[in-house]
Parts: sequence; structure tokens; C-alpha cells
Amino acid sequence: MKVLVPVKRVIDYNVKPRVKMDGSGVDLANVKMSMNPFDEIAVEEAIRLKEKGVATEIVAVSIGEAKAQETLRTALAMGADRAILIVSETEVEPLGVAKLLAKVVAEEAPGLVILGKQAIDDDSNQTGQMLAALTGRPQGTFASKVEVEGDTVKVTREVDGGLETVSLKTPAIITTDLRLNEPRYASLPNIMKAKSKPLAQKTPADYGVDVTPRLKTLKVSEPPKRQAGIKVADVDELAAKLKALGVAA
Amino acid sequence: MKTLVWVEHEGGAVKDATLSAVTAASKLGEVHLLVAGEGVGGVADAAAKIAGVGKVHVADGAAYGHALPENVAPLVVDLMGSHDAFVAPATANGKNIAPRVAALLDVMQVSEILSVESADTFTRPTYAGNAIATVQSSDAKKVITVRATAFEKAAREGGSGTVEAVSGAGDAGLSSFVGAEISKSERPELTSAKVIVSGGRALQNSENFHTIIEPLADKLGAAVGASRAAVDAGYVPNDYQVGQTGKIVAPEVYVAVGISGAIQHLAGMKDSKTIIAINKDEEAPIFQVADIGLVGDLFKVVPELTSKL
Ligand SMILES: Cc1cc2nc3c(=O)[nH]c(=O)nc-3n(C[C@H](O)[C@H](O)[C@H](O)COP(=O)(O)OP(=O)(O)OC[C@H]3O[C@@H](n4cnc5c(N)ncnc54)[C@H](O)[C@@H]3O)c2cc1C
Repeated sequence: MKVLVPVKRVIDYNVKPRVKMDGSGVDLANVKMSMNPFDEIAVEEAIRLKEKGVATEIVAVSIGEAKAQETLRTALAMGADRAILIVSETEVEPLGVAKLLAKVVAEEAPGLVILGKQAIDDDSNQTGQMLAALTGRPQGTFASKVEVEGDTVKVTREVDGGLETVSLKTPAIITTDLRLNEPRYASLPNIMKAKSKPLAQKTPADYGVDVTPRLKTLKVSEPPKRQAGIKVADVDELAAKLKALGVAA
Repeated sequence: MKTLVWVEHEGGAVKDATLSAVTAASKLGEVHLLVAGEGVGGVADAAAKIAGVGKVHVADGAAYGHALPENVAPLVVDLMGSHDAFVAPATANGKNIAPRVAALLDVMQVSEILSVESADTFTRPTYAGNAIATVQSSDAKKVITVRATAFEKAAREGGSGTVEAVSGAGDAGLSSFVGAEISKSERPELTSAKVIVSGGRALQNSENFHTIIEPLADKLGAAVGASRAAVDAGYVPNDYQVGQTGKIVAPEVYVAVGISGAIQHLAGMKDSKTIIAINKDEEAPIFQVADIGLVGDLFKVVPELTSKL
């Protein structure tokens, strides 16, 4: 079974995002960029499925600017077999990404597509569900465990009340949550090897997909700032404050 | 404009986050509801009483029993022929269903809105809440999820909606529910609690959550939350996680114990009214957002605090 893993290049999770003075967006100039952490988990899961003999080939795909090549090389260094980069210098919304991925799915016919549940830049949490809709496949979102059993996949999901397990007919779409696995680091030899793995370059036009944004960002602003408050000297003072707040007697 | 709100329910009752979604939807126009589930007549009657609600569409059947998006989304799509916007709470279930609906309608969803600026313009958090985007949708129909903490809850009483049965296509045959492991607790639910006590990595193990965090939470009538680090380490279940990729909370009082204050954690709790931080490192970033801070060793100060309340 082939596994498709879409990955996104985003601001590194350790960087505190700064809103641009002119309110046009977040300043990404000279900011460290990395693979979206949930996508790393997706790549790792695909590799584990291959190590178990369930997956036969792992195809990583990214939609974004030319620099997203680096992100794909990271996926290849971790263990993906080949990569597809769909270059767009303008931002593609989750719906556009899902449409492009649906075309890739039609071409590649993967048994599973494993995506991150959300990208830590736009925090949309949509692409996997949209891809599932467009391909008519079932979806196992927010996965903390994935077990392939014949032509079904059992997915344990992190939900508001705890955990839920669903059984999906393959081919299926899965989105990862934090507890699914701990992604490996690529070793130096594997980083070297990744440089010669195949990476195909495409454009949205190659797939005949219109990726014109539907949402127009009118403005981006900083959230209201919280002021640091006071420090109390001891427990007695804190207890008094809690009582004053009316939450303790 | 006619909106259709997906009603999340549990144990026969409408969940709080739905009430916030109703408030957001009412800013767009007439509010209709969809109650889907198995044996949900009672839920539909309760939903019809929510203030401001017009029609309540009810889809009752085994296929809708576990909010499987493969079965629920087509049902919503059918109803969207006569509605202009689909609104769902940004809960795990809402987030699972709404984008599937959006794609079927060829609509770009607006996720987790904080405000309704006009019929097509909304604000929403991005970058772990560090950048608030104002976005305008050009889609003819809107698909929206709503951050519950950003909208007042609609009143559970006062409405007089009419209940109407709808029959959907039923089971799409793609997925089935196997089982659930739902955390049971006598405490208030995290997302609707007035007070929350959260513990971080510093707690070291689940035993310390029981012996240090829970007694303080008991004294305060609080829900218990946690940082990702505490969940990853297995001290508490996943549903305790507060943050960018966990639960979003905004209680009256949030007590962060042994939590450093990473942006991903702050994203989930910085709209709390009063933040109290207990941390042994006076430089911990959590103190930059805390209204009241106590620098100290939690193993000493928390039991002492509990004993003094
Ligand atoms: C994709 C992604 C998503 C994430 N989503 C979330 C999320 O939703 N929620 C979330 O919380 N995190 C999230 N994180 C993780 C986040 O970046 C931090 O790693 C995490 O919040 C740290 O948890 P912590 O504060 O408990 O641990 P630490 O950062 O290790 O902090 C422990 C704190 O305890 C203090 N301490 C230690 N011992 C004591 C003691 N005896 N008494 C008092 N204080 C003590 C220390 O001074 C320190 O400040 C996410 C990360 C990524 C990459």
C-alpha cells in the first residue's frame, strides 16, 4: 500500500510570531522555518507503517513556495521515498490545497493519506477533512493510534471527552494528533541520501486546479496584551487573594 | 440570511459550546438547528427551547449516533440548499464535521471565529493566537466554526422553535464507531468551568496530580487541566490538555502550577479573567501574563495553600 504524506513549511514552533507594523500579516523575513510539527508526526507514522511492512512506498507532497523543497528534503531524509512539490508563490488556502491533493490522490492512488491535524501558522484544522470529502473517503482525524487490519484501518482519536475509536474502510484519510508518535531525527547519512531521492516539481495549473483564495485577509493585528500583574510574597497572601476573588473560603 | 447550527449533544443534553455557536449564528440572521443522533427526540425538544431558535431539523437514526462525519456531512449538505451559512462549535466533533461539509459545498471554511464583523467578515486567531486575522469570505454560502469562549451562551430557555424530522441518506458505509474511553469525573467540564487548576511537567507523575493538584481543585470547585508536557508524559489523559492544539478555556480564575508558559499553552488560556501562576523560576514566561504570581516550589506551596483555604 502506498502512503501519501502532505507536509507544510511553517514558522518554527519555537519562534514567537510578530505581527507586521502595517497589519498585513506576520513577519516571516529571516524567521526560522520548519516542517509543521503535526506533519512530522505524519511522516513518522508512514515510516513506521513501512517498517512494519504495511506501507510499500511513501510519497511526500508539499504545496507552497519553492523553498518548501527543503521541507520535502526533510521528509525524504526521515524516510519518505519520493516527493512532489506543487509550487505556488501565493498562499494556497486549505480548500485549494485539498483540491490539489485530491488530484494527486487520483494519480497516485494511495491506500492512506496521513496529514497533520492542523498547521501551526493558520491554525485552520481543515485540509484532511476537506480532502476526505473531495475524494469520498472516510476520515480518522486527531489520531493517537493507527492500526491497519486488512482493508480497514482502526483509528483511535483524541476527542474532547477522551479517546474514541473508529473503523474506516481503506482507502482512508488520517490526521495526526500529538500523541501518535515521536518523530525521529534524520541521520546525517540519510540527509545526504535524501539529496538524490526523486523530487518532482509541478504547478497548480498542471493539475487544472483554480487556487484563487476565497478569503481575503483585510487586516492582521496583535491580540490584546495582558499586563504582567503582581507577585505575592507568600502563600498567605495568595490565599487572601483567592478569597478576595470569591473562589475560596 | 438563514443559518444552520449543528447541535452537539451528550447524554440527552445540548452542550454549552453549541449555545455559543447559536449566539454567533444569530448575528448572521435566522437560526435553525440540526440535531442528528440516535434517539434524540428529547434533545430536539430541548434545542427548540433555546432562545432565538426557529426551526429544529432532527435526523434520528443509528447512522447518526456517533457524529460520524461521513454520515453527518451529506445530511448537512442536503439542508444547505435552503440555508446560507453552516455554523458549528469549534469542538473536536465540530472540527471533524464542518470542513467535510465545506469541501462538499466548495466553500472555504472560516475556522474558530472570535467575532462576526458583518455578514461576510469575521475575526479569527492564527499563529497560536498571536495574530488575529480579519477575513472576508467571497463564498456564496458560509461555513464557520465558532470559538466558544468568544461568544456568550444563548439562553437554554425562552425559545419556541418548531421541530421537523429530516431523513438523510443514512449510513455512507465508509466508517463505523468501535468504542470510546471517556474520562469520568465529578468535576466541572474544563471548557465550562469557572475555575481551573492546571499542572505541568513539574508535577513529575500522575500520583502528584492526585495528591497536589486535585485537593487544591477540590477546594476551589475547579476543573483540572494540564500542559502538553504533562499529557505527553502520561500524568493525565489527553482531554486535559489546554492550548493551541488542545482545549481553549477562559475561566474566571486559571491557576497554572509548574507550567512554564510556552506560546502554545498561553494560546489556550490567556483569555482567562484572572491568571495565577505558581512556578519556582521567577523568570518563567507564565509570569508575563499572570495577574498574580507566586515564586516557589509547588511541592511545598500548593499543599500549604490548599490547607489555608
Ligand atoms: C505542535 C505543537 C503543539 C503544542 N500544543 C500545545 C498545547 O496545546 N498545550 C500546551 O500546553 N503545550 C503545547 N505544546 C508544547 C509547548 O511548546 C510546551 O512544550 C509545553 O507547554 C511545556 O509544558 P510545561 O510548561 O508543563 O513544561 P516545561 O516547559 O518543562 O515547564 C515546567 C515548568 O515548571 C517549573 N517547575 C519545575 N519544578 C517546579 C517546582 N518544584 N515547583 C514549581 N515550579 C516548578 C519550571 O520552572 C518550568 O517553568 C505544543 C508544542 C508543539 C510543537
